Amino acid sequence: MIELFAYDFFTNAVLAAIITSITCGVIGTYIVTRRIVFISGGITHTSFGGIGIGYFLGFSPLLGAAIFSLLSAFGIEYLSKRKDIREDSAIAIMWSFGMAVGIIFIYLTPGYAPDLMSYLFGSILTVSKTELYITLTLCVVVVLFFYFFYKPILFSAFDQDFAKTRKIPVDLINYVLISLVALTIVLSIKVVGIILIISLLTIPQATANLFVKDFKKIIFISILIGLVASLAGLSISYYLNIPSGATIIFSLVSIFVIARIVK
Amino acid sequence: MENENHILIEIKDIEAGYSGEIALSAVNLKIYENDFIGIIGPNGGGKTTLVKVILGLIKPFKGEVINKLNGTNENKSIGYLPQINFIDKKFPISVKDVVLSGFMDKGKLINKFTKEEKQTAMALMENMGISHLKNKPIGELSGGQLQRVFLSRAVVSSPKLLILDEPNTFVDNRFESELYEKLKELNKSMAILIISHDLGMISPYVKTIACVNKKLHYHDSNVISEKQLKEYNCPIQLITHGEVPHTVLGKHIH
Repeated sequence: MIELFAYDFFTNAVLAAIITSITCGVIGTYIVTRRIVFISGGITHTSFGGIGIGYFLGFSPLLGAAIFSLLSAFGIEYLSKRKDIREDSAIAIMWSFGMAVGIIFIYLTPGYAPDLMSYLFGSILTVSKTELYITLTLCVVVVLFFYFFYKPILFSAFDQDFAKTRKIPVDLINYVLISLVALTIVLSIKVVGIILIISLLTIPQATANLFVKDFKKIIFISILIGLVASLAGLSISYYLNIPSGATIIFSLVSIFVIARIVK
Repeated sequence: MENENHILIEIKDIEAGYSGEIALSAVNLKIYENDFIGIIGPNGGGKTTLVKVILGLIKPFKGEVINKLNGTNENKSIGYLPQINFIDKKFPISVKDVVLSGFMDKGKLINKFTKEEKQTAMALMENMGISHLKNKPIGELSGGQLQRVFLSRAVVSSPKLLILDEPNTFVDNRFESELYEKLKELNKSMAILIISHDLGMISPYVKTIACVNKKLHYHDSNVISEKQLKEYNCPIQLITHGEVPHTVLGKHIH
């Protein structure tokens, strides 16, 4: 397998898998513990609308996805503060609306959209150098933010009202974190695709949570599980010639099932 | 009358609620040093809303909250124990971290907790009988233990005012009486505001009673009759506790 590293695309894929495992390990722990898995699913699927518009107008589909996911993230965070709207219904509306917009614009775009499937199911082998650098930048930002603001993040996620009585800027922290969630989702699209991202953000944490009940430890073990699963998934994908997004998720679930049985 | 200098919080003509619905109207209340006020009233009568207005968690539609607590950081001096059923018991956080979070403050977003703070937290956990649980995740605690953890978090920074929202839910009777003894002790150094659905249980401990049902009626004694409750428009169920007579404490002199 070593000879594969002679190919840039393979080295890039491995690096992308490693970086994504770290980012998703951290962000996923926040998502799972704050119970915003459904919100994250909504953001993920809404981003497809941006991909479609990107295709149609001829700019980077990932940029479109970033704009859509950030807008939906802010929208949901804003709506969650209002008591007169059912949050989950609002998410469902955005979820399907984003997908619909994406499909409409992709079909309106003249010609065939060849890598549409890669956005839905991921295509880690086509990760470019530029994408790698952007992914790495986000990873550094996420890790530094959690390193420096660990306490306020933890305490606002645990008990918002109490955190507010302690003068923690809870709303600001929530907005920053939901933006990081949105960007993490967008930059993971290349790795596993829109349909599968949510598992990259929840299965490592669910597995880790079987063994440890501490926010920080869940982060570290999730990263480890993400690394093992994505590298295993990449190898399986190479040997069996199956899309890597699917093999990565399959590895993640296998680890979870084994852990569940062992535990 | 109590000296005006010793007033901690004054709320004036408050109207408050959620999404335009009015839960409290024309509410006035003064909280003095060493007060021990029991807040009673029917469900949905605005008890929690009142507490959240005092804590600054809800902005009132009308009126003002004057905070005269000492210190540079006004809200730092209010300890708060929220209703326990709003807490996510599966959240992966240890007892020690929950208690330490009581020291959080705007200036502490990045800084680590100091050695003194950690020692204070440890001593308090010892005093509350939860020091052996310090590394346990909160999900493994009983209701009574959990309440002790949240009480520790509320008082660890030695606030001047402690606000408790229904601290007697999900706890056993033994812990309940222990809790009130603890509050009596804490009352020597801080004012206490306690929401309860159980007037019979709190009345031996509190000094005064506030009936909240959209309006607030302040009752300057810890003994209240059914007739008075009716006058205050405060329909609550009076729960009797077996043979235990309601202890009538000396009248709280303002």
